[in-house]
Amino acid sequence: MSQFRQIFREGLWDNNVAMGQMLALCPLLAVTTSATNGLGMGIASLAVLLLTNIIISSVRGVISPQVRIPVLIVLIATVVTLVDMTINAFMHDLYKVLGLFIALIVTNCAIFGRAESYASKQPVLNATVDALAMGFGFMWVLVAVGGMREILGSGTLFANASLLLGSHFAWLETTVIPNYSGILLAILPPGAFMALGFLIVIKRMIDRRLPQKADNGLVTISSHC
Amino acid sequence: MISFDIQPYKEKPVYQALLLGGACALVSLLLILGNHTTLQSIEDHKTADKLAMLAQVLPQSYYDNDPLTDTRTLQHEALSAPATLMLAEKNGAVTAVAVQLSIAGWGGIINMILAVTPDGQLMGVRIISHIETPGLADKIEVEKSDWITGFDGKSLENVSEQGWHVKKDGGEFDQFTGATITPRAVVKGVHTGLLLYRSWAESEDGLKTLAAGMTSAADEQSASPERVEKQVQQQSQSSAKNTGSEATEAAS
Repeated sequence: MSQFRQIFREGLWDNNVAMGQMLALCPLLAVTTSATNGLGMGIASLAVLLLTNIIISSVRGVISPQVRIPVLIVLIATVVTLVDMTINAFMHDLYKVLGLFIALIVTNCAIFGRAESYASKQPVLNATVDALAMGFGFMWVLVAVGGMREILGSGTLFANASLLLGSHFAWLETTVIPNYSGILLAILPPGAFMALGFLIVIKRMIDRRLPQKADNGLVTISSHC
Repeated sequence: MISFDIQPYKEKPVYQALLLGGACALVSLLLILGNHTTLQSIEDHKTADKLAMLAQVLPQSYYDNDPLTDTRTLQHEALSAPATLMLAEKNGAVTAVAVQLSIAGWGGIINMILAVTPDGQLMGVRIISHIETPGLADKIEVEKSDWITGFDGKSLENVSEQGWHVKKDGGEFDQFTGATITPRAVVKGVHTGLLLYRSWAESEDGLKTLAAGMTSAADEQSASPERVEKQVQQQSQSSAKNTGSEATEAAS
């Protein structure tokens, strides 16, 4: 059990996709103009990550290391396409909201990163837990960055959430600052970089305060994606 | 178990070639199956979406045909893609024409739809999709602001050529604080749509289509008197235009 706790700790905080591994920044910066958009992207990424991790972990025995990259790429692209088509055909109202994000997941190297570094080496159960941990870790960062930008830029939080989650979640829609003219910068692309930057600073500061955690000082700098 | 059995072959090029080929074949099969299962449903949703979009500017009571299939494609240099004219007909008479077009805005392409009466008056304009700056230029959406309804009732006749600009450029239409390019593009798009409609209505095909409907509509007493009157008026107008355009054609 402690093994799974460790996986969740890694995914949600220590080795968080966006704040630790610095992966998947392209979709993160692009869609987080509001908390609702962030949540939508988070849900879509979690679903795809879960599917690809399970599939790749179950076929890991037959994939030979030399050709693993093209095989993983076609598998991930296929899963994304199938998810896209399925949601479009059978959950069309959801597709109208999430459609944009699903296509963006193809550019998300967090999915490929987990497949390559974890799912292709671990049993299915571990890969599933890892997908959940990493997926939720990515989701909360998306919502946090989206929320920061939305409050600063529009003065609202979770606006239009009922479009994404259904009318039961209309209570999520709050106006934080009434009659607010908004800081435009927060909604524009630089706002995304700043919000993410501040989040990472806060994470690093908290990590430094935690005494028991041995900080190896290593900064993982990924190639862009 | 399986992985143990194939372990010795994994390093062989043949195995890798087969693995790649097999993976491609498998995913192709999955994609074909997926496409096959979802295609019809997706097409249905697309049609429903288009009809819903059409319903925003054109009430369904205006037509009994399928405007999505009764279309004309027209090109204009100001547009980023050819515009689509959708003809709404009732009892064989054209009651309104919807123009779907896309024009370059500030952030990207703005897709819009406008509906005009046969005599070229705007019934409504709606933005279908855009990627303009949220919170600043998204007032072009009817959900955010009623700016877009300011076009209702306008036509090439009651707004001058110069009037088809934002106020900053000496026109009739408001721009937004901090965002001029987006409303400017929308005004230009609406104007282009009207010009396209007029050029089509004056073309051979347009005259024929509009006139054909008129005769049958005039015969039909089911249409409201006001409408018939309007259509008869339109008919005489279009026949006048007919001779006019023939003359221009001959001149050119």
